[in-house]
Amino acid sequence: MNIFSIVNNGEKTEKAVHLNIVERILHDIGDYLLLMKRFFSKPENGPYFRKQLVDEINGLCIDSLLIVSIISIFMGAVITIQTNLQIENPLLPTWTIGFVVRQSIVLEFAPTIISVFLAGKIGSRIASEIGTMKVTEQVDALETMGINSASHLILPKIVACTFINPLLIIIGIFLGLLGGWGACEFLGTIPSSQYIEGIRSWFLARDIYYAIFKTLTFAFVIASVSGYWGYITKGGALEVGKTSTKAVVNSSFMILLLDLLLTELFLG
Amino acid sequence: MVKVENVYKFFDGKEVLHDITCQFEPGKTNLIIGQSGSGKTVLMKCLIGLYEADQGTIFYDKRDFSNMSKKERKYMRQEMGVLFQGGALFDSMTVKENIMFPLIMLSNETASEKNDRVDFCLERVNLKDTHELYPSQLSGGMKKRVAIARAIALNPKYLFCDEPNSGLDPKTSLVIDELISEITHEYQMTTIINTHDMNSVMAIGETVSFIFEGKLWWQGSNKDILNADNEELNNFVYANKFVHQFLSKK
Repeated sequence: MNIFSIVNNGEKTEKAVHLNIVERILHDIGDYLLLMKRFFSKPENGPYFRKQLVDEINGLCIDSLLIVSIISIFMGAVITIQTNLQIENPLLPTWTIGFVVRQSIVLEFAPTIISVFLAGKIGSRIASEIGTMKVTEQVDALETMGINSASHLILPKIVACTFINPLLIIIGIFLGLLGGWGACEFLGTIPSSQYIEGIRSWFLARDIYYAIFKTLTFAFVIASVSGYWGYITKGGALEVGKTSTKAVVNSSFMILLLDLLLTELFLG
Repeated sequence: MVKVENVYKFFDGKEVLHDITCQFEPGKTNLIIGQSGSGKTVLMKCLIGLYEADQGTIFYDKRDFSNMSKKERKYMRQEMGVLFQGGALFDSMTVKENIMFPLIMLSNETASEKNDRVDFCLERVNLKDTHELYPSQLSGGMKKRVAIARAIALNPKYLFCDEPNSGLDPKTSLVIDELISEITHEYQMTTIINTHDMNSVMAIGETVSFIFEGKLWWQGSNKDILNADNEELNNFVYANKFVHQFLSKK
């Protein structure tokens, strides 16, 4: 027996139903869309919303800056070394490696892999925070005050993520390319002048716009999907843990699925 | 006054509340008692609008809460203060911020008026100098008192308390009971308390409604309860052998 919660206008009812996997997925999507309708409403108090937004930007995104920087530098260096190892063709100029590294980082590594990483870091935080509030009746307390709890809790997180994640990704691109340069300069992978020539070749601004667009989409998915899983938590600490895991797994899967669709749509 | 008329509630076809009709008086502590799973929390959640009653109506001073629009309900809820079982204080906020929260979100008072109100509420629940503490730094009894302070911040007409004594020692329970009773009489609120604590019933139960298996089984006051001719109620009241022996001797 699977127990699902239906979220609609603050009323929480339980439906115990026997559903197959397809019905379960459709049921979850339906619940998610109903909740989305609730969290996209005007904040109760503008100045308080702005305060929440600053707190969320700080807590969710700025806290991720250090780890995103470290991952980007190391991955940039590793991609450069790996690309150099794979492309050992005398017909290809050495600067090709710089070009391939740049394209890999800009188009896939920075927007997608960092977003998957952020789905783990930010997504679990959002789901466990809201889930804990749910099981300790803090969400009910908001509702009884006449506050739209879904909007109050989830909207600032969505806005914070869609606002700051693109900045994190741009920093990630820059540091990834810097990591690649470091591998050339300090490990002697290829001459760094060749690497720089490569990363400057055939540059299209469209690629950056595409990366930012993807990041915006992924940021929305991370915050809203994790918020949804947190919001439907019922039970106690064990369920909070379970929904946190579900939030990370589902947002990561959604990111990969959307990555495939967007790549096919825009570049395919 | 809160009036409940023919309220039914079902979960998955299972009847949890059956034809509940009762009223809760202003300026009195109105207790809903019953064993765990009897439906008293569901009834309270219906009263505050966290659950929708499947049938029946709920009136707040002749205002039909069941058929109010979302907007009307939002304003109506500002007249309610709710004390949840675990306190439901916001973990990320200090005591002051917790009490300030409803004032920031729902009132048009100036910043200094809000600060004064927070000080007043904390003083009223005998908790001075706790403004900057976080809920994790408070004892169970202090948490409940802060939750009461938050519930009365907007000066509500209706106060709902769900198991206010759960997890508290008998002495602290008494302090909380007395505090709720004092506040009720002082501000002439309609206070509705869910409890299964017989000490509370005897101490502050001005009106008592006994719910058994989702039905309203008995209504009266704490003065009548010990002499009630009702088997289910007696089983509930005298469930504790010590209390039973003590009362038999008396």
